[in-house]
Amino acid sequence: MGSQGGFGQSKEFLDLVKSIGEARSKAEEDRIVLHEIETLKRRISEPDTPKRKMKEYIIRLVYVEMLGHDASFGYIHAVKMTHDDSLSLKRTGYLAVTLFLNEDHDLIILIVNTIQKDLKSDNYLVVCAALNAVCRLINEETIPAVLPQVVELLGHSKEAVRKKAIMALHRFYQKSPSSVQHLVSNFRKRLCDNDPGVMGATLCPLFDLITIDVNSYKDLVISFVSILKQVAERRLPKSYDYHQMPAPFVQIRLLKIMALLGSGDKQASENMYTVVGDIFRKCDSSSNIGNAILYECICCVSSIYPNPKLIESAADVIARFLKSDSHNLKYMGIDALGRLIKTSPEIAEQHQLAVIDCLEDPDDTLKRKTFELLYKMTKCTNVEVIVDRMIDYMISINDNHYKTEIASRCVELAEQFAPSNHWFIQTMNKVFEHAGDLVNIKVAHNLMRLIAEGFGEDDDNADSQLRSSAVESYLRIIGEPKLPSVFLQVICWVLGEYGTADGKFSASYITGKLCDVAEAYSNDETVKAYAVTSLMKIYAFEIATGRKVDMLPECQSLIEELSASHSTDLQQRAYELQAVIGLDARAVEIIMPSDASCEDIEIDKNLSFLNGYVQQAIEKGAQPYISENERSGMLNISNFRNQDQHEASSMHSLRFEAYELPKPSMPSRIPPVSLASTTELVPVPEPSYLRETQKVASSPSVSNADSSELRLRLDGVQKKWGRPTYSSSETSTSSSTSQKTVNEVSKVDGTGTVNSKAHDNSYSSRKPQVEISSEKQKLAASLFGGSSKTDKRGSTVGHKAGKASSHAVEKPQTTKAPVKSTAVETIVVQPPPDLLDLGEPTVVSSSPPSVDPFKQLEGLIEPTQVTSSVNHGVVGANKSPDLMGLYVETAESGPSTDDANPLSGLTNSDFKNAHEGIATQLSKGPNTKHSLEKDALVRQMGVTPTSHNPNLFKDLLG
Amino acid sequence: MIKSVMVMNTQGKPRLSKFYEYQPVEKQQELIRSVFGVLCSRADSVSNFIEADSIFGPDTRLVYKHYATLYFVFVFDSSENELAMLDLIQVFVETLDKCFKNVCELDIVFSYSKLHTILDEIIFGGQVLETSSAEVIKAVEEISKCWKRPQVLSHLSPSQFLVGEVGSIG
Repeated sequence: MGSQGGFGQSKEFLDLVKSIGEARSKAEEDRIVLHEIETLKRRISEPDTPKRKMKEYIIRLVYVEMLGHDASFGYIHAVKMTHDDSLSLKRTGYLAVTLFLNEDHDLIILIVNTIQKDLKSDNYLVVCAALNAVCRLINEETIPAVLPQVVELLGHSKEAVRKKAIMALHRFYQKSPSSVQHLVSNFRKRLCDNDPGVMGATLCPLFDLITIDVNSYKDLVISFVSILKQVAERRLPKSYDYHQMPAPFVQIRLLKIMALLGSGDKQASENMYTVVGDIFRKCDSSSNIGNAILYECICCVSSIYPNPKLIESAADVIARFLKSDSHNLKYMGIDALGRLIKTSPEIAEQHQLAVIDCLEDPDDTLKRKTFELLYKMTKCTNVEVIVDRMIDYMISINDNHYKTEIASRCVELAEQFAPSNHWFIQTMNKVFEHAGDLVNIKVAHNLMRLIAEGFGEDDDNADSQLRSSAVESYLRIIGEPKLPSVFLQVICWVLGEYGTADGKFSASYITGKLCDVAEAYSNDETVKAYAVTSLMKIYAFEIATGRKVDMLPECQSLIEELSASHSTDLQQRAYELQAVIGLDARAVEIIMPSDASCEDIEIDKNLSFLNGYVQQAIEKGAQPYISENERSGMLNISNFRNQDQHEASSMHSLRFEAYELPKPSMPSRIPPVSLASTTELVPVPEPSYLRETQKVASSPSVSNADSSELRLRLDGVQKKWGRPTYSSSETSTSSSTSQKTVNEVSKVDGTGTVNSKAHDNSYSSRKPQVEISSEKQKLAASLFGGSSKTDKRGSTVGHKAGKASSHAVEKPQTTKAPVKSTAVETIVVQPPPDLLDLGEPTVVSSSPPSVDPFKQLEGLIEPTQVTSSVNHGVVGANKSPDLMGLYVETAESGPSTDDANPLSGLTNSDFKNAHEGIATQLSKGPNTKHSLEKDALVRQMGVTPTSHNPNLFKDLLG
Repeated sequence: MIKSVMVMNTQGKPRLSKFYEYQPVEKQQELIRSVFGVLCSRADSVSNFIEADSIFGPDTRLVYKHYATLYFVFVFDSSENELAMLDLIQVFVETLDKCFKNVCELDIVFSYSKLHTILDEIIFGGQVLETSSAEVIKAVEEISKCWKRPQVLSHLSPSQFLVGEVGSIG
């Protein structure tokens, strides 16, 4: 048996392993191991233990520690063993210490000397053993002690040693980049090592270096390409083949490096096209490792400057992956698809059914990967389907980590693409209901703020509708058992602010509900605080409107209970409530103005309203106020003070500066003047902070996302739901023609389709089409149809802008009209040149096209094909041009988009977009005619905007 | 880089664990347990990949392969390729198979230190060192030669020589 092949252990050890293997319970196992530990402790400290015995004891120690028991009593013996001169003992010693110790352990200092000596050994096996230990045991402080030797070993005659020396140096670089900064050139040098293994080993550190600083390594592109070419052409010795693939790991590394170097660099990318194309052709797709290389090629292709031919090859491979029966390949396919759609979004459509299969696959890993893909391709057209799916999945899983992640993704998508306010509220409700405690508290505050500020529509009607729908939905949910605390806070706050606002619900009904909440969650002080404050608001509003307040008995008892609460915060709230109720209507109205949570308040920092009082006091002989500076000057402590400021942290003297303000849990824009809102500043309860920090500790990336994405996304929110006037004023200030601004702005307004009418319309227009097919196709259509309907956004925007222009009149000419069935005088309309400058939403649907009459002609015909098909529910099947007149204008959005886009693959989708837009627009747009005429006029005058920017569309579509 | 290699049996008993970044013993146990918890809940026909963020922190994936009574698990970050890691497991197992002639769980249990030696020739400091099992075996044999007949280092004193002479126990 192999175990005798030089590595054998004594019978004792075999017995130990056997008895552990036969142990029936964890307790029994522990008993055996503890007994073993006792034995080892005794034996190991015996003075004359023979070394071979010692070696075995050390192995047994390692084994014991692997089973989770403390073997620290033997560490020192393992360290001693590294000093031994016999290679087998030395190796055992090194093995044990690398497994036992971390690089900051006190015992390391005893090993460094040995390592130094061993690195200089004549026996390369000893050197290798030492290098192995170096990787694990050397920390930033000890690097200098061994660095010279390791560098020397880069020139060792044995390639195995050179290889390991490079990797050790790489490890140093990972641990402390600064300590080996001057040596990175060695990696470049070793790239030219005559041993392919050593060359391959340098690729790992180079990959790390290039990740950090791409530009200093651009000169290596040619070398990498030529190395990859040689490897792919099988110029390496046969011994580097693995499953008939030449040095696959080297190929993978090189492709990864090339992906970095070619990213956003056309010139570098062009050097790579040939070799990547060759690999695509040659690679054996039947073996696992072959597919690994193909996958890496796709990653490379999607990262470097796009090349249509390579993208095509990549798409073919993806198709093969997705069609495969192997879950591994499907997984890779989904992942690769997620990368490739960044450059060519239309590819997703071909695979819609495969993607949906993966979504329904029992394999959880695959499912999650697919959700990741969907997350990447979410747009406002498919957001509802995707987020609904995500929420369903979120409900079904128990893994809190992933639940948190998916919940925050839902929130993010909902905030970004919400088609309607109502939907947004409903979605947030679901997320809170099922993952409330996992959602960042900021999300809740964001939601409250959105409800309070409204969604940017200028008419208050929409806002109040939104609020009533929120109130209604909350009243429905509130009775459900065990709602998360965060959600309850939102509910209480909204009920307090808007519960009685529309007169639908009586004050006693709302207050009853609030009391129920406070009672049901009596051990959640934050919720109780929110509930009490909400009660106060309701009563205050009642008093202010002159109604008589009858406090419910349960409310009465709640207040009494809380005024004796242990929590001073709750006490204060209870007393405040009682005080407010005792006031007259006028006073209440001033301290608790209705719906004032968003009013800005001005704080009179000089407290000028106290002037009279002060004056009076002075007249009565009070000392006049001496400002702080003068006072401290008089007392000659200004120096002291300064010092104190400098050394505030280290000094224990009196602090003169005020304590830091507590972090308010409410968005600060809620004015502290109205009593309601001041008291609303509930200190966020300890647990929620705790949770947050824990999260930070366990998963920095998630928390990063939290901080950047879950933070009150004010800009996004503002813009998304921003008032038309708001965005247009913004655009007029940014009058630069930079594509980016325009793009951004147009996007912003694109999401403005929140306008409920437009949404409803588009929704209903989509539905009948969907119902024809099977359920899966339905899902596919709703998911992927969206990807081809991007321009719908544009056209609805057009409508919206049209609508906006009625009140934001400054630039009506920019609201280029969406289609109106009757206004068809102008054929192809060039957008006026000032479009770019003004950055009005229309830019979305009609990018600055080049004036190519032929193309325009094309545009005239093609969209009609598509649009006619709308009526038949089958995309692009019917070619009857009879509807031409009706849809002429599509030409302006569809093909002109195409003109600007070199990737003609997009055309199709654009047309579909166009028709979608039309479908939604048929019945509206009183302003359109006017704008069309204007556009035509501009065109006649020969003004032709010329800027092309494919990226504009990439952004919009991707 | 590769963060960890684990071998455990289908009952969840660890047979080998190696962490390329230091983890305290308790943490190691916890990680092994949670990995096993995930593995044993997975059906046979599903993929070999698991996104392991919830266990090992952000940007970690896990590839595993089930052989007879053992799970071989590699944990690594995004700088590695999942399919390639799957093949690396294959290399590891192939090498074991060649070293032990039809490897089985017992061999792995009883040849604990040899297992580590083999692994060290495949993965070095968290990076893939060698993917050819023939090369690995060559290297391991070279080492085990001096395991059997402890190699005398040039600077040995006689007394050390005597001690070092003792070979392995059958």
